Amino acid sequence: MLQQLRENKSLQGALLILPTMVFMAGLLIIPLALTLVISFGQRGPDGGVIFTFSLDNYIRLIGFQPGCLQPSCFDSLYLQILWRSLTLAFQTTVLVILLAYPLSYFIARAPRKRRTTLLFLVLVPLWTNFVIRVYAWMMILRTQGVINGVLGWFAGLLGLTFTPLEMLYTPGAVLVGMVYEFLPFMILPIYTSLEKIDPSLYEAAADLGANSLRTFLRVTLPLSLPGMVAGTILVFIPVMGMFVVSDLLGGRQVILVGNLIQRQFLDARDPTFGSAASLILMAMTLVVTYFYTRKFGFGEEIVTA
Amino acid sequence: MNAQRRSPLVSSMAFLVYFFLYAPILVLVLYSFNASRTNILFEGFITSVGPLQMQGSTVVQSPCGPLHWFCELSKNREVMNATQNTLTIALTSTIASTIIGTMAALALQRYNFRFKSFSQGALYLPIVIPEIVMGIGILVLFSQVFGFINSAFGLVGNDRLSLGLGTVIVSHIAFSVPFVTLIVQARLHGFDKSYEEAAMDLGANELVTFWRVTLPMLLPGVLSGALLAFTLSLDDFIITFFTNGPGSTTLPIYVYGLLRRIITPQVNALSTVWILVIVVAVFLIQRLQQTED
Amino acid sequence: MSELAVELRDVVKTFQTPEGTPVNAVDHVDLQIQNGEFFSMLGSSGCGKTTSLRMIAGFEWPTSGEVVIAGQPQGHKPPFQRPVNTVFQNYALFQHMTVFDNVAFGLQMAKRPGDEITRRVGEALEMVKLGGLDKRYPRQLSGGQQQRVALARALVNRPQVLLLDEPLGALDQKLRKEMQVELKLLQKEVGITFIFVTHDQEEALSMSDRIAVMSLGKVLQIGSPVEIYERPNCRFVADFIGETNFLEGQVRAVEAEKVVVFVPALDAELAGVGYQGFHNGQRVSLSVRPEKIHLTEQPPDGQKSFPVRVTQVSYIGSDTRVLVQAGKTTLKVAEQNKISTLDPDAYFQNGEQAFASLTPENTLVLPLDEVP
Repeated sequence: MLQQLRENKSLQGALLILPTMVFMAGLLIIPLALTLVISFGQRGPDGGVIFTFSLDNYIRLIGFQPGCLQPSCFDSLYLQILWRSLTLAFQTTVLVILLAYPLSYFIARAPRKRRTTLLFLVLVPLWTNFVIRVYAWMMILRTQGVINGVLGWFAGLLGLTFTPLEMLYTPGAVLVGMVYEFLPFMILPIYTSLEKIDPSLYEAAADLGANSLRTFLRVTLPLSLPGMVAGTILVFIPVMGMFVVSDLLGGRQVILVGNLIQRQFLDARDPTFGSAASLILMAMTLVVTYFYTRKFGFGEEIVTA
Repeated sequence: MNAQRRSPLVSSMAFLVYFFLYAPILVLVLYSFNASRTNILFEGFITSVGPLQMQGSTVVQSPCGPLHWFCELSKNREVMNATQNTLTIALTSTIASTIIGTMAALALQRYNFRFKSFSQGALYLPIVIPEIVMGIGILVLFSQVFGFINSAFGLVGNDRLSLGLGTVIVSHIAFSVPFVTLIVQARLHGFDKSYEEAAMDLGANELVTFWRVTLPMLLPGVLSGALLAFTLSLDDFIITFFTNGPGSTTLPIYVYGLLRRIITPQVNALSTVWILVIVVAVFLIQRLQQTED
Repeated sequence: MSELAVELRDVVKTFQTPEGTPVNAVDHVDLQIQNGEFFSMLGSSGCGKTTSLRMIAGFEWPTSGEVVIAGQPQGHKPPFQRPVNTVFQNYALFQHMTVFDNVAFGLQMAKRPGDEITRRVGEALEMVKLGGLDKRYPRQLSGGQQQRVALARALVNRPQVLLLDEPLGALDQKLRKEMQVELKLLQKEVGITFIFVTHDQEEALSMSDRIAVMSLGKVLQIGSPVEIYERPNCRFVADFIGETNFLEGQVRAVEAEKVVVFVPALDAELAGVGYQGFHNGQRVSLSVRPEKIHLTEQPPDGQKSFPVRVTQVSYIGSDTRVLVQAGKTTLKVAEQNKISTLDPDAYFQNGEQAFASLTPENTLVLPLDEVP
């Protein structure tokens, strides 16, 4: 029997991957299928689920009411929430790339011995608890927080009256929080792809007459694209589903899809509506990611090679 | 890349970004020594050591001196529980996901079997969907399944199946495995099969070959994967949020709960301790790496 | 007790190319390898020699046909159940183990007692002249030393057959030549069958008792080095081993083994020897090795010769290589150093006329086809 297993390579492979597939099927695929089913259901008493087939949840999500599909019943509330999440994710990604690139570049050009230390310096905030990092920004941005404190002190020196800035509980605060959270996730992939660039390419470019800027634009930047691509996947997708940052730094003012879903499951106790929202979120994310990876790939070159 | 002419522009931007990364952390650490209990304004360090004395909401004297909040922290039962849970979950899920993730990487990299592309795709899924979608899905699954089992078997009270340590661990394994697999797969990519052939040529069967040759050579990749799985589990909030129950609170969940209620410098003290542990761990890892080289 | 160490019986190995078409890497190969002989499989990349070796070792299983070791058909037995050991091209030393642990590995797998292992490992390392290096790690050794460790690791297990997959490929020229001599001596000393795969024909010629010349999955000729060199059975083998000149012609007469061929390019009849049946009118190819052609200023007595014009002279040290224009064709000639140190101008210069002579024994008649 052992010899049979030995000969059947295909069976060996299947057995090796079996435990993983059990987990993926049980905790990913089946839950998603169940979410889909429930999204067509209706809210039952005690926040349970009545299994039927009803498009009510989806109708509500696009802005109408069940039974009233006329423009007068239209409320763009949920569509606004979806749009806000999308734009926030884009803004975060762009800002993160702009901030991460110089740092990655700096580390990649540093002497080899220093690089590990510099990288660890990037990783330490990452390993510090996620919720704690958001809390830190609460302390910095609030009315009696660090920034206002420092500004007020300056104003006092100059003899001016100072009205504290309202920074917390604004969309700006949420953006800052998101950027802060996800910055390390972009630094590492960009660094990895920069580090893989063969130094002789720079020499070749110089030999052919390119100055620093030209070399950067025509050689470095394109070759670091896989890193940016991988980093984008690591930033854009989580931001789409985030609710903690918007909850703590945005309060009631900034509601994202994640907050919506969370509230449905906890406060409003409508798992059917929450499921529908969750699936719409997933669909949006997958669509954006699909078009994105079609154009740019997955950036897996930074892992292999 | 070698050190060419270092542009001062890039260097200064880099330092600014480092500052941006660390400023909040420094603020956190500073406030963990805050004399003010309400922790709104920084009112200086607690200087005198002695029995507890308060002035309004300011701590004037404490048996632990400036480390007052750290002492309070050590007496906090909930924190200890949460820490224990966090570590238990992280260790268990790391070990499990590393083992099955490595097996999966071997399967995908070296074998062909039916549903191979489906499996590879399924593994990418947790990476390309937002965590909340996965969290919701698992919550929905468990509530329906548990609900069904509880009513079918008439379970009540403590016998009822409910969310807890088990559900959290199992969820953590589910989201860690794809990352472990990806990392080990990358390591397997350029792996020279002749070492394993040599071992078999010398009389080792498949299991012995794996244990004495393949695994030691794969170890750096496996350890990286394990480290990543550990980090992901330790820091996870969203999925844990939807799959935990009473008694399985982890540190991130606990802190989040605190932040919505009362904020004392104790939270900062917790943060500072956490940061210290990380820094020490990183330092040790660096030392280990250096001795290896 | 079988006389044959290894037998390949009509072995075929088929692979799928990335495009999906099947290709026979090993195409109906029959080999009989004797006990105690140094047997080489020679050919360029893709000829099937390595695949054949791997099927003997057990890393691949034949698509059809049988691999037999010491009279036992191996079927689908995995490598660890076969009484053979392999020396790999890249040595495949276990980097995370010391030299001692590497060499001891096979003995540990055979569950030999500790003191026996220590003794045998010590002997094996002495045999390859690496005594004392047992505590080192592979990365601390030179290429040549690593190669010897790989050898010791395989030999310590006293296999019935030792398989060597281009083991000298990564060594520099001088070391290579030294190792060739050492390996040959080692084989005689230990007495086991060596099956050696290489693309270097000089290597094969100098070390082997017999050589199998392979191309595109087929065995073209098996014979001793002398046989292969002096009597190749086809144009491919004649061309692959050493250098040769080919002259095409038509058979005019056949007498016993002597064959008379008319060569249009020279507009002359040459007599040669042929060991395969030839008939009048058959189109054939004559193979003449460069070192068998002699150049003289005047036609020599009693020998067939024809006029040539020297076009290039290359002094290689021990040899002088000359290109001559003969009739409508160019011939390569190699003569042992004729250039006298006393008179540098004693030999032919470019453009000079000379006479080239050959003997029938040194003119081999071969079929026109590239391979049989």
